[in-house]
Amino acid sequence: MKKSVIFGALTVAGMAAAASVASAGTLDDVKARGKLNCGVTTGLVGFAAPDANGNWDGFDVGVCRAVAAAVLGDPAAVEFVPTTGKTRFTALASGEIDMLARNTTWTFSRDVDLKFEFVGVNYYDGQGFMVPKDLGVSSAKDLDGATVCIQTGTTTELNLADFFRSNGISYEPVPIETNAEAQQQYLAGACDVYTTDASGLAATRAAFEDPAGHVLLPEIVSKEPLGPLVRHGDNEWGDVVRWTLNALITAEELGVTSANVGELAGAAGDNPEVNRLLGTEGNLGEMLGLDADWAVKALAGGNYGEIFEKNIGENTPVGLARGLNAQWTEGGLLYSPPFR
Amino acid sequence: MTTMTDPPQESFRLSMLLNDTRYRSYTFQFIALIALISLIAYLGSNLVQNLRAAGLNISYEFLGEPAGYDINQRLIEYDSQSSHWRASIVGILNTLLVAFLACVTATILGVAAGVLRLSNNWLVRKLMAIYVEAFRNVPVLIWIIIIFTVMTAVLPSPRAFRGEDATSSMLLDSLAFTSQGVFVPGLVFGTGGLLVVLTLLASIAGMVFYGKYRTKKLYDEGKELPGWVGWAILIVPTILVYQAFSLTAGQVENRIIVPSEIAAADVSLEQFGERLVTDKTNINYCVVTDSTASALGKKMLLGLPAMELTNPDAVKMKSTRFFSMDDAKTAFAAGSCNMLVVPASEAANFASSVETGAVALATNVKDNAPIAFDTPYLANFRFTDGITVRGSLIALWFALAIYTGAFIAENVRAGIQAISKGQTEAAASLGLRPGRIMNLVVLPQALRVIIPPLISQYLNITKNSSLAIAVGYMDITGTLGGITLNQTGRAIECVLLLMLFYLVISLSISGVMNIYNNAVKLKER
Repeated sequence: MKKSVIFGALTVAGMAAAASVASAGTLDDVKARGKLNCGVTTGLVGFAAPDANGNWDGFDVGVCRAVAAAVLGDPAAVEFVPTTGKTRFTALASGEIDMLARNTTWTFSRDVDLKFEFVGVNYYDGQGFMVPKDLGVSSAKDLDGATVCIQTGTTTELNLADFFRSNGISYEPVPIETNAEAQQQYLAGACDVYTTDASGLAATRAAFEDPAGHVLLPEIVSKEPLGPLVRHGDNEWGDVVRWTLNALITAEELGVTSANVGELAGAAGDNPEVNRLLGTEGNLGEMLGLDADWAVKALAGGNYGEIFEKNIGENTPVGLARGLNAQWTEGGLLYSPPFR
Repeated sequence: MTTMTDPPQESFRLSMLLNDTRYRSYTFQFIALIALISLIAYLGSNLVQNLRAAGLNISYEFLGEPAGYDINQRLIEYDSQSSHWRASIVGILNTLLVAFLACVTATILGVAAGVLRLSNNWLVRKLMAIYVEAFRNVPVLIWIIIIFTVMTAVLPSPRAFRGEDATSSMLLDSLAFTSQGVFVPGLVFGTGGLLVVLTLLASIAGMVFYGKYRTKKLYDEGKELPGWVGWAILIVPTILVYQAFSLTAGQVENRIIVPSEIAAADVSLEQFGERLVTDKTNINYCVVTDSTASALGKKMLLGLPAMELTNPDAVKMKSTRFFSMDDAKTAFAAGSCNMLVVPASEAANFASSVETGAVALATNVKDNAPIAFDTPYLANFRFTDGITVRGSLIALWFALAIYTGAFIAENVRAGIQAISKGQTEAAASLGLRPGRIMNLVVLPQALRVIIPPLISQYLNITKNSSLAIAVGYMDITGTLGGITLNQTGRAIECVLLLMLFYLVISLSISGVMNIYNNAVKLKER
């Protein structure tokens, strides 16, 4: 028995030691490696999913590619690491991935207690419910006694418990690991309701054979600001990811698109903020420790609006309206600090 | 003249630590120990340093904070406001439950398959060989997922039980096999129910003692006592106690109380049921735990022709559970539920005490049994009440049982083959039948070979139950090592605690089984 205790302790200590080799200079690590390790979901159509050729594509993937392009000059220099709701934080904390772009809700405890740093919000979301149409349910408050599929370890899991408790109704949780598993269980009738972020529900429903047979209930029961995050304490790296995301958002606001970015970056134009963003004026890139044309490279895959429209916009199967995610000038919440 | 002198006192010299075989082994062990301690200290300080660098610390305070999440299978009271510690306890109990079920099933399967694998019947022998080879050579995780997938994909969803032309119906009106799990009647213990159970336990003990006495008599005097006496000891006292209670305390009359806004006084249950359908009133039945009257009243209500719960437009019914009659009465008075069964003697008093107005229905509910069945019924979405055996539990339980059963079968076969064939032949020459030879001669000796590897199989089952994560069964790995770890981010603390739990469980199983092993092993004198 003594032996097993000692060996057990050894194993733990060993694992812990291996897990905490993450060093401070992530930016240097990424440059030296020539590849960005980006944590994404295990597969959610529109946000991050591998296509038939195994190339990752999607809204969150777009952020990863923009960062890789800004840092390494190549949007393809990304190693996508699929993470589940449960493995994502361990993967980031241990240094297995450099950043996480995976429908992760910015919460107080994750920011403060888990020692992560959210660099911004790339999608303003809220938790919704999806039910089969033939169940005849029109409100989440009618769900008393329903079986609910819920991804474990998520904020939606906690919101779900709060929602049902505050409404005095009961439910039966079915814990699942990934979106694909939830989809399979939901379609098999192993749960009556699937709840997650409304965008995720729309994306999941888009992949169904009969999307019209399922309805999203009107209640949105929480605020879910989703955004990319990095480890706490590496501020240089945090700045790179933060300002890459801001560059995508600002570019849309200033009308810089993947189509005209080359032309605009050719010579300094008459809009000083565009010039600073694209590196034809000032030295913002140098301040970040990157090339002067870092934002030009990042924008090769399109600005925020283009990435949105291409992956989850109204003309895609996911079909999400811009809503809260429109620019502040258009009545939405997207508002990037100025580039100066 | 000679004087006796003491043998020279051998003095200890430092060099003896290396040269003297008596001390040398200690020297090396001591060096190894120092090396080991420094290694652990290095790893430990490395861990602490890295944690400090990342701004983290090791703290178990999170265990006392509200967990915030719900668990579907809980053997003790738990809700999302309970602490993470309680969530861990729920997980441990779930782990122990599935481990226990799987150990029992695997033993039965394994012993049967092991014995049958040595059968003289070619077909049986080969079938068992196929079972063993197929199951122990495919990883247990695959089996868990296969069974779970089959359960969810093949069995109908609760929705299929509803509607005019429902594609499924309940078996015997009390069993429902659905993709959300199997719903079976639960037992409710009323007045005297506990005593019936205690009597049954005492009878089982009596039967075991009788069995031992019978074996002793057979071995010592070669005299065989009749076997039916054991069964009589088991059954008769329990039936007597059960009858005694159902004829006395079970004769209490009960009445159903409902708010006066949904029924007039003194209508019968049948009339009430029809009124419910015409008025489209929804029922929220107050179930009192441990009250057979409450379960029987519900059964009568569900038995009404008007209460067709499978019809999508029928009256909607749900039940709310209370742990005591007083809680239920308070909740009824507050309007949290609207049908309550109370003893007839209290009915009038209680009904008049409800401020919003309440009446007693005319129909009597007789509390005529110390133990009653609480059958599941189709509520708004799924089946409620009774016992829910979730698909995840079934998948985990069966997969662990058939997988480990194959290993146990091999242990049993090895144990039997270790017994000299002469033993069987000698017993046969005495005229014993094959079944008795196996039970009286071969198996008792084979146990000495079988038990030690059996202990490891039990440990394997317990540890493999952590694969529950694959099917969403909320064992200790799912609660403490899964959701709690994730919601709090306290990975190191949770994993250490998890290791401690598994260590304690494994050592306890091993300890108990070793005691049993010492009891059956060959006693040499």
